[in-house]
Amino acid sequence: MSETWIILGATSSMSRAFARAVSERGDAVLLAGRDMDDMKRTAADCDARGARWAEAIRFDARKPDTFPAIITRAGKEEGMINAAVFVGSMPEQEQIDADPGLINGTVQDSFTGPAEFLQILAPMMEERGGGTVVGVGSVAGDRGRIGNYVYGAAKAGFATYLSGLRNRLNRSGGHVVTVKPGFVDTAMTWGIEGMFLVASPEKVSTDILKAVRKKRNVLYTPFFWRYIMLIIRSIPEPIFKKLSV
Amino acid sequence: MRWKTEKNSGWGRVHWAEEQVARPERASTLEDVIRATPSPAVGMRRSYGDTPLNDGGHVIDMSRMNRILGFDEETGVLEVEGGCQIGELARIFAPRGWLPAVMPGTGFATVAGCIANDVHGKNHHGIGTFGQHVLSMTILNGSKRQIISPSRSARLFRATVAGLGQTGIILSAKLKMIPCKGDVMMVTERRAENFDAFIGLLDDSTATYTVGWIDATARGENLGRGILEEGETGSGLMPAPKRARSVPMNAPHFALSKPVVKLFNRTYYGRVPARGRTSVKPINEFFFPLDKIHDWNRLYGKRGFHQFQCVVPLDQTEALREMLKTIANSGLASPLAVLKRMGPGRGGYMSFPMEGYTLAVDFPNRAQAALLIGRLEEMTQNAGGRLYLAKDSLATGARVKAMYPEHAEWVAEVAKADPSESFTTDIIRRLDLRSTK
Repeated sequence: MSETWIILGATSSMSRAFARAVSERGDAVLLAGRDMDDMKRTAADCDARGARWAEAIRFDARKPDTFPAIITRAGKEEGMINAAVFVGSMPEQEQIDADPGLINGTVQDSFTGPAEFLQILAPMMEERGGGTVVGVGSVAGDRGRIGNYVYGAAKAGFATYLSGLRNRLNRSGGHVVTVKPGFVDTAMTWGIEGMFLVASPEKVSTDILKAVRKKRNVLYTPFFWRYIMLIIRSIPEPIFKKLSV
Repeated sequence: MRWKTEKNSGWGRVHWAEEQVARPERASTLEDVIRATPSPAVGMRRSYGDTPLNDGGHVIDMSRMNRILGFDEETGVLEVEGGCQIGELARIFAPRGWLPAVMPGTGFATVAGCIANDVHGKNHHGIGTFGQHVLSMTILNGSKRQIISPSRSARLFRATVAGLGQTGIILSAKLKMIPCKGDVMMVTERRAENFDAFIGLLDDSTATYTVGWIDATARGENLGRGILEEGETGSGLMPAPKRARSVPMNAPHFALSKPVVKLFNRTYYGRVPARGRTSVKPINEFFFPLDKIHDWNRLYGKRGFHQFQCVVPLDQTEALREMLKTIANSGLASPLAVLKRMGPGRGGYMSFPMEGYTLAVDFPNRAQAALLIGRLEEMTQNAGGRLYLAKDSLATGARVKAMYPEHAEWVAEVAKADPSESFTTDIIRRLDLRSTK
């Protein structure tokens, strides 16, 4: 069956790897993001790799008026409409400490923007009786830590939203995969101190597609992050508050 | 753009550099970086010596600038960003009937790296070098973005092909691919019992793709024995490719000691029956045989290794024989040794090829190896031959400049393109390559 992927945040290396992988299967991709010039290059790349079609379209998580056009464009296609959400922003915690106003933007980019988008998309998916949503969160959402708790809080909110959306779409045959990557080798983590066990974007993308195929609910990638986070979550709060992990 | 401090080496792991590395993923980021901090570009660092290094300076890692920008199914014209890898292009396009016209021995090499070193492949005798199939390219230099081709800024084009990155950053390139029948190879392997037989087989071969493995440890009547591989593309079904393995750590130095290498080479030679054989291989196994073993350079231990590669004119087979004798008598060679006939094709002022025979041999990094390579370089020079800068880690500037007749043209063009010397790298400084003195 023909599938169409809406890819939100299509300028990151993780989403690029994902867009390439679905293109090579022959799916259609609608690349949504802010840097049109960059996305046009990625669209050409997807096209050359065998995508049924590939287009770039403007999306800004902070501007909900950009949402309907994307959904309308995807809706013109027959078959299943899928969405993969790679958006999010992570200002340094010190920047946020200096300017707490940045919290709103972080939450919009990482949680409320994509959530609002998916909320508009959901009825179309229900009507078509299937489709998949891939929501990329972060292990940072599993517990608030001194280093990036605003970003973590936004991703935690998004994960809870995805859990509810999964519950809803399940009734009409749709599926939601929540992805929690550990450290991934992207422009966001490039040159940051203290990275370890860093995975390539291609590895993460392969894991995501496998999870989609197997209808997994929550994917930690690489897999060992499930256990790392299990430990981190089980540390009692009286102890955790003294740690700087 | 954040800069990351990294300690990097060329593939031979002899030269190292501590450098500040930016790794842009979008053209806009790259343009910002190059405007603010003009610095040389690096790709996958598959050159053996110090061409991809800038010790104490900045480099721009282009490995994420790797998108296909356009492809014409009718003409095989492909436009790609500089960081695209050759193996990836072969994987995508061979099943659709097109191959990069020239493919080097590793599929991890980037398109921009293939241009900057004007690499050759197993079909050089028929089709020439990589740079000869570049229709045009876009180069970035400070805030300048320029499209160059063999007819537009022709001199700058010839200085950029095999230009070791000294004229600017290769953002993208338009390549003319060649048709292929499919993504499998029909491969014929034949024994060559000695040096004369080997040269005879190379001279008589009519195959599109040829490469000779040579047993650099064999002496006496076996001197120069080896296996000639000839390949043609074909179509058909292949079993799923084997998963790549990787070498997890540095091997101890006895892993490639003399008795081990001798035994390995004898077995490797003997595996092809005396009457030869023809088999079907996946395309990547024929073109990139070592890519299956990730980080194979660790087999040479933490001291690394040198690759000596020279080309000598057609009438200099005696010089080549002497070189092989010297190598065999030294007992220093590794199993990786290649002999091939080259055609005259070259795309840039500083391109390596000339019509003749090219010999490439790996040596573990030891004091004696450096002496031996020095001797081989001298023999190359006396034979009117040339050394390959993508492999070199030991030569001197005077020797290299004497081997490249168009060096002065290159120097003049590079001086115009980069007067502030923003793109110099370790090899340029080691060989003082941007001066004609």
